[in-house]
Amino acid sequence: MAREDKLYKIWVYLQAEPLFWITLTLGAYLVGDYLYKKSKLNPLVNPVAISILIVSSVLLFLDVSYDRYFEGAKFIHFMLGPATVALAIPIYEKRNLITKEVKPIIFSICLGIPFAILITFYLGKFFGLSNEMILTMIPRNVTAPIAMGISELIGGIPSLTAIITIITGIIGASLGTFLLNVFKLKDMSARGFAFGLASHGIGTARAMSKNKTAGVFAALAMGLSGIATSLFVLIIIKFLI
Amino acid sequence: MLKSLFIIFFYQLLGEAIQKFFAINIPGPVIGLILLLLSFILFSKNIKQSKRIIKEISLTSHQIISHLSLLFVPIGVGVVMHINYLGDNLFKIFSIIIIGTLTTLVFTAFVMEKIINLEKKNGKRR
Repeated sequence: MAREDKLYKIWVYLQAEPLFWITLTLGAYLVGDYLYKKSKLNPLVNPVAISILIVSSVLLFLDVSYDRYFEGAKFIHFMLGPATVALAIPIYEKRNLITKEVKPIIFSICLGIPFAILITFYLGKFFGLSNEMILTMIPRNVTAPIAMGISELIGGIPSLTAIITIITGIIGASLGTFLLNVFKLKDMSARGFAFGLASHGIGTARAMSKNKTAGVFAALAMGLSGIATSLFVLIIIKFLI
Repeated sequence: MLKSLFIIFFYQLLGEAIQKFFAINIPGPVIGLILLLLSFILFSKNIKQSKRIIKEISLTSHQIISHLSLLFVPIGVGVVMHINYLGDNLFKIFSIIIIGTLTTLVFTAFVMEKIINLEKKNGKRR
């Protein structure tokens, strides 16, 4: 009894410390990464999805709130900002590749973004969602802070937009490679660009881990689509609703 | 390492400050990215030491970027823990996300690859 008491005390102490949750997150990611490599880089075995599932299961099993977990995980979350800034370096290193493809980049943005907005709108109508819910979903392909801003602007629910945006990123990153292969789309700059446009940062992370050219074009598309969506959405919404 | 971390953090800070000051709809880190990129392009021609600094930042940034996916785990866990917020629409929303995201992905890659190939053909003719 006394021993169990001691173990319980240690647990109570540890779960209140950020260290425990950082270690758990890193460990879960390493497991995900290991399985991903073991599966010979099978895109369906996505390391992010696996580690999210592991951590969530642990939290649910131990009945720990997300706020408590985030007390520790925020240190990992914090690095997202600097990592975004750091994307400037690979873009700089591949700048000649980008200036060579200016025309394809402009065309793909001007066609891809309206496509993304319209497909979400018509699918929403098809599934019978309310207008508010459709507006909440429309900006889901751009990076979460921009998506939330747009959502608020057009009358959606920003916090739900954030959740939907992250799911979009994970779906694109884990199923995207498979589908691009089915359609035999092989050009690395085109593949990367599509990842960044359709599934923002999580898609970019995915592209970056596979191929540097794809990663650079993904980062570029992520930035451009954030800006382009803000512009296009207001024009398109006027005609739709 | 320390110097490059400082530069990266500094540019993010600059980006955040500009975002707040002008109330722009673009996130601070993205503004930081653009500013850092512009600085590289400007300084690489004019300042002698810039090559060494860029190389140093390059090493650090590649280390951060190589595990970019890890940084999305905390927020992803948040989504799983709050999934009930989507309520009765859960199935519909998931269907829309899956169909919408994958068609957008294939459409964009298709358009871009077609135009790149067209450009290549035109380039050859010239």
